[in-house]
Amino acid sequence: MSRTIPARRGRPVAAPLPQRKNSLSLRLKRISRAWQLYVLLTPAIIYILVFKYWPMYGVQIAFKNYNPVDGFTDSPWVGLTHFIRFVNSYQFGQVVGNTLWIAVLGLLLAFPIPIILALLVNQLQSEKFKKFTQTVLYSPAFISTVVVVGIMFVVLSPRSGLVNNAIQLGGGEPIFFMGSAEWFRPIYVISDVWQNAGFSMIVYLAALAAIDPALHDAAKVDGASKLQRIRHIDLPGIMPVVTILFILAIGNLLNVGFEKALLMQTPLNISTSEIIQTYVYHAGLQQAQFSYSAAIGLFNSLLNLALLLVFNTIARRANQATLW
Amino acid sequence: MSLTTNPRTTDTPSRTINQGRPQRTLRDKYGDRAFSIAATAVLMLSILAVVYPLYFIVIASISDPNAVYEGKVWLFPSGMTTEGYERIFADSRIWNGLGNTVIYTVLGTAVSVSTILCGAYALSRKDMPGRKILMLLFVITMFFDGGLITKYLVVRDLGMLDTVWAVVLPGAVGVWNLIIARSFFEHTIPNELREAAQMDGATDFKFFFKMVLPLSKPLIMLMIMIHVVAQWNSFFDALIFLNDDSKYPLQLVLRNILIQSDVSSTGTTGGDIESYAAAQRIAELTKYAMIVVSSLPLMIALPFMQKHFTKGAMIGAVK
Repeated sequence: MSRTIPARRGRPVAAPLPQRKNSLSLRLKRISRAWQLYVLLTPAIIYILVFKYWPMYGVQIAFKNYNPVDGFTDSPWVGLTHFIRFVNSYQFGQVVGNTLWIAVLGLLLAFPIPIILALLVNQLQSEKFKKFTQTVLYSPAFISTVVVVGIMFVVLSPRSGLVNNAIQLGGGEPIFFMGSAEWFRPIYVISDVWQNAGFSMIVYLAALAAIDPALHDAAKVDGASKLQRIRHIDLPGIMPVVTILFILAIGNLLNVGFEKALLMQTPLNISTSEIIQTYVYHAGLQQAQFSYSAAIGLFNSLLNLALLLVFNTIARRANQATLW
Repeated sequence: MSLTTNPRTTDTPSRTINQGRPQRTLRDKYGDRAFSIAATAVLMLSILAVVYPLYFIVIASISDPNAVYEGKVWLFPSGMTTEGYERIFADSRIWNGLGNTVIYTVLGTAVSVSTILCGAYALSRKDMPGRKILMLLFVITMFFDGGLITKYLVVRDLGMLDTVWAVVLPGAVGVWNLIIARSFFEHTIPNELREAAQMDGATDFKFFFKMVLPLSKPLIMLMIMIHVVAQWNSFFDALIFLNDDSKYPLQLVLRNILIQSDVSSTGTTGGDIESYAAAQRIAELTKYAMIVVSSLPLMIALPFMQKHFTKGAMIGAVK
């Protein structure tokens, strides 16, 4: 297409010849012609080099004894010492277990609920009610994590909280929710659904809106019920999006909600609320054990990456949509 | 959307086709109706579950703390008081935090949005040599991350601890947002337009600033909103990078008052129990008011923002 454009103006548009003969000088010419694009890209490149790749380079301190004087590069190597120490520490089982618990519980509840909500909202007939439901359900996503946890503390307060007032009204004993290890996981997961289900629903609604309405009309003519249409048209229609979001959720399985876990921690629930990343925070930033906690962080990242690769492969085998 | 051919149904002649009510026919079995009712009921309950806690906090924030304490406040405020709000407005920490948050939000949004728009546009240009490799450079960071500790050490080595930049820069460019912006440019800026502009002698800069940006208002709005909300609500970068509490953003101030104070007061202290309890109740009242005040700005802006976020989800879904 670009060949139709005369090169007379001195700034011809794109690749001049579609031939494979990309000689070096031709390539350099194309690169120099696009210099303004590279200038536009430069701030973003500088950003990822400094704030993403530099820390990535620094990950080597997981195998070193980091000290500020020698920095990332010159600190002495110690091999797998920090990993071994972590695996052998008494926190290892607890911290990894806690992380998996809330990750899996979260996935089981927080992943399907937005899909169900989207299917239900999608079949509403009144556009107004549809829009209203959407707005209300996703409004909590705009409340900050700090405030959501703040709400938990006041609403679940054993002295004056709404929930405990209701329990006492029903004749029960007040429960100190935020100070109990058993309650941490349910509260964590339920509040996650409360805050994010509505927002996650939006993507599925967008996917549902893209389904050809003719399919539904044809099914209606054939006498399909609503439930059948959801089962045989809507669900298959959003399956690619579901698969991709599921793989992404798996890839982030061990990262989610670390800020909330940190905020919800009290000395009384620490036995269930200390997850890998809060442990990294405590050991690394509060106790300045940089190398040790970097090793734990790396362990977490690698575990995540492995999960992502495994599930992406499974999805490909099953002929589903994949990330790559 | 149902393609109703007959705009009027027999039993409800006043409804027009625009309201989307399909005609009730024999096909519409009892099962369907039961399903609709069940679905609506489930959604109503979900709405209630979302709204009621928020509503309760609003009424508790203007109720007599003793009434809240005794569990008398359920549907309506009781014994109206504005003491909670008065205490907040008299609290200099809140004002200071709010001021910091405004600065961080404005600066952070400006840096993020301009970096993302420029970068995403360059990456959307298929004729930029090395585009694939450069894109890969960004995508890799989505799947592997250097981790909290090394990020902290880098920020420290850059001498940014306890400065505005530590809050604004480390999270400035989200790759996901970059991808959204890139696919927006790919789908909405036709190649022909660029070629025509270039024939007229427009450089890439000129084309980007004079043509692309004015055509990308929905994207710009979306990006601004994403970053305003994220920056307004963030506390973690401030928690790890700032020591000086006069620089704390609102969320960190809130955390210290809403959450930390609760933790420290879980045990009963000695002394005058009556006045301690009274102080406790006032503190609770202040917390309710604080939740309302800090969430209100975004909640008010929500209906205005909704349209843009929904559009953003569409762009994201297209991928």
